[in-house]
Amino acid sequence: MGVEQKLGNMGIVTTTLETVVNWSRTNAMWPMLFGLACCAIEMMAAQASHFDMSRFGMELMRASPRQSDLMIVAGRLSRKMAPVLRRLYDQMPEPKWVIAMGDCASCGGVFNNYAIVQGVDEIVPVDVYVAGCPPRPEALIHGVMTLFEKVKGEKFKDLAAK
Amino acid sequence: MTQIEEVSLEQFKHLVSERALRGETMLLNMGPQHPSTHGVLRLLLELDGETIVNAVPDIGYLHTGVEKNMEAKTYLKAEVMSDRLDYMNPLGNNLAYCMAVEKLVDLDVPPRAQALRVILVELQRIASHLVWIGTFGLDLAAMSMFLYAFREREAILDIFELCSGQRMMTTYIRPGGLWRDVPVEFETAVRNFIKMFPKRIDEYEALLTKNPVFLDRLVGIGKLDAATALSHGVTGPTLRASGVNWDLRKARPYMGYEQYDFNVPVRTEGDTYARYLVRVQEMRESLKIVEQALNKLPMGPVISANRKFVPPPRSELGVSMEALIHHFKLWTEGFPAPKGSVYSAIESPRGELGVYLEGDGGPKPHRVHWRTPSFDNLSVLPKIVKGHLVADLVAILASIDIVLGDIDR
Amino acid sequence: MDNKLEPIVKTLQEKFNATFEEFRGEVHVFVTAEQIVEALTLLRDKYDFEMLSAMTASDYWPQQTPRFHVIYQLTSLVKNLSVQLRVPVNGDQPKVPTATRVYETANWREREIFDMFGIEFEGHPDPRRILTPEGIEGHPLRKDFPLGYEEPQFTFNFEEIDLRKPYAKE
Repeated sequence: MGVEQKLGNMGIVTTTLETVVNWSRTNAMWPMLFGLACCAIEMMAAQASHFDMSRFGMELMRASPRQSDLMIVAGRLSRKMAPVLRRLYDQMPEPKWVIAMGDCASCGGVFNNYAIVQGVDEIVPVDVYVAGCPPRPEALIHGVMTLFEKVKGEKFKDLAAK
Repeated sequence: MTQIEEVSLEQFKHLVSERALRGETMLLNMGPQHPSTHGVLRLLLELDGETIVNAVPDIGYLHTGVEKNMEAKTYLKAEVMSDRLDYMNPLGNNLAYCMAVEKLVDLDVPPRAQALRVILVELQRIASHLVWIGTFGLDLAAMSMFLYAFREREAILDIFELCSGQRMMTTYIRPGGLWRDVPVEFETAVRNFIKMFPKRIDEYEALLTKNPVFLDRLVGIGKLDAATALSHGVTGPTLRASGVNWDLRKARPYMGYEQYDFNVPVRTEGDTYARYLVRVQEMRESLKIVEQALNKLPMGPVISANRKFVPPPRSELGVSMEALIHHFKLWTEGFPAPKGSVYSAIESPRGELGVYLEGDGGPKPHRVHWRTPSFDNLSVLPKIVKGHLVADLVAILASIDIVLGDIDR
Repeated sequence: MDNKLEPIVKTLQEKFNATFEEFRGEVHVFVTAEQIVEALTLLRDKYDFEMLSAMTASDYWPQQTPRFHVIYQLTSLVKNLSVQLRVPVNGDQPKVPTATRVYETANWREREIFDMFGIEFEGHPDPRRILTPEGIEGHPLRKDFPLGYEEPQFTFNFEEIDLRKPYAKE
């Protein structure tokens, strides 16, 4: 990354500010516990020792929205829960991202009726959709890595426009 | 739909005692999103300092409208939704639904299918209790318990994936038997699990059962006596820890449970520690049943041969005209069920899981009602937390073992 | 019918003028709404039916009399028996006396039946909706309540449904 090859191991790295900011955001993104239904169990399995998510920096699942950057909506969202979801999303500080995990969060899933919101993107803007019912922990990790690539490609001018 | 409403004490007047209206006690909302509520459960707590005066559960945050949605689908297609109700026990839900359908249309199940169903459902029971013990330990800050339990659970989910291709929502148990026969590696995988698992339960017991912190936090907390439990309709390990010996596998045996030799753990204290001990012992008993069923596994077909209700195997479609007609009719329209209603119940890891199924002569059910155990088990919560601290509430709620998908359907 | 159940059904028939039917080995006894609390108390105290296992309702729209059947599934643990009581209820102003004083299970179950079917339970200590959100109109499990089915987006109708769907912008 830059001029350090010429200077040897002087401990200096040169790069762009955007790369550093995006790198730090991806390396320690803290997810917020938002497990609703069955996908929450696969999210917990992804957090457990077999498919470890803490190697991606997500060691802690913060229950408080004020201290988290990523909201993984895992499970079916019912109409009674929808205002609660929006309120929690509003309480998260910028920058924040949303992963819709599972079919029910992406598009309503198996349930096409009066009680389930057909896709969480009716309530909050979603960055990555992970398909599956429930998605395997490896699929969730793939979704998280896709989000990391999206974050690494973010530019400051987009953030300023928001 | 997304407006924030202002609430005032007026709305809760009939739920709380008068001390709250005078301002002596504090009303605290343990909201739907909370690390210890095991799902989206909202508890309205009335606290006097740290002691609980009253706790009112508010459910419905996961209401999925499954009962109405199942009325719009044929009997076979509706089974897909049954997995997702009690999501810790999808094979159990499938079994309850299939038993109700088989009772309604009077369909036979071959013995090999019955034995395999027993093996899978008991493995599912062990998996459900493992998640319970993991989250129980997590709530009481024994986080290593969570990691151990999920490591064992991966072994069971690998067995399910071997049979059906899916880890959790398999829909493997169909009316008439199973979807298809288990592969050859199944027996080796289950035998390896049987060999490995008893030592792991010993590890968990060594970590938790005589642990002084655990004993301090659990003994004498949340006492539930038998009369209250029966009046509230509590079933399962919660009832058996209060002294009532009622297990549907012994009282009303189904799927050949009478052939297997196992005990039903019952304790009389009725507190949280008793519920913990009952469930750990149940894991050992389930393993015994799996071993016996695997040793006695008969040969034969895994699904009923009654072509009016069970689709024929694909190999027959090329040679037989009737098979083609049955296949077409079953997959487009579904099979008709007679007019009448049945109620059939199994013993799920949480209690009595019953299905009330009513047919009206057509291919779609007229009414499907799920009698789910967590609904009644939760209704007893306000009675047993009175006078305890908020930290005890967390332990009691974890020990009742509720699954919100079961409650809200 | 189980021979232990026969005297019980006979008593119910004599005392309440009840009819019964058998289907697949189960016994369903029909009583009226005014008699249900007395019947439940009798079964609980005299015949040891300690547990109300399940309580639900079923809608038979468009027939209006009766439109609903409220179903009580009782279990006796000591005798290992089960019996089902059904109460036919009419469609206009459906009301049934509450069974909360007999079995505590009925408290939440009756709230659920009120929420889903609109059947009112007289004397219930806490008649509020339990599963559906506040402010919803109608009772979802009635047959004349629509399913709320949303048309799936395939490629041929993708844009038109996309315009109608309320996406969250921010």
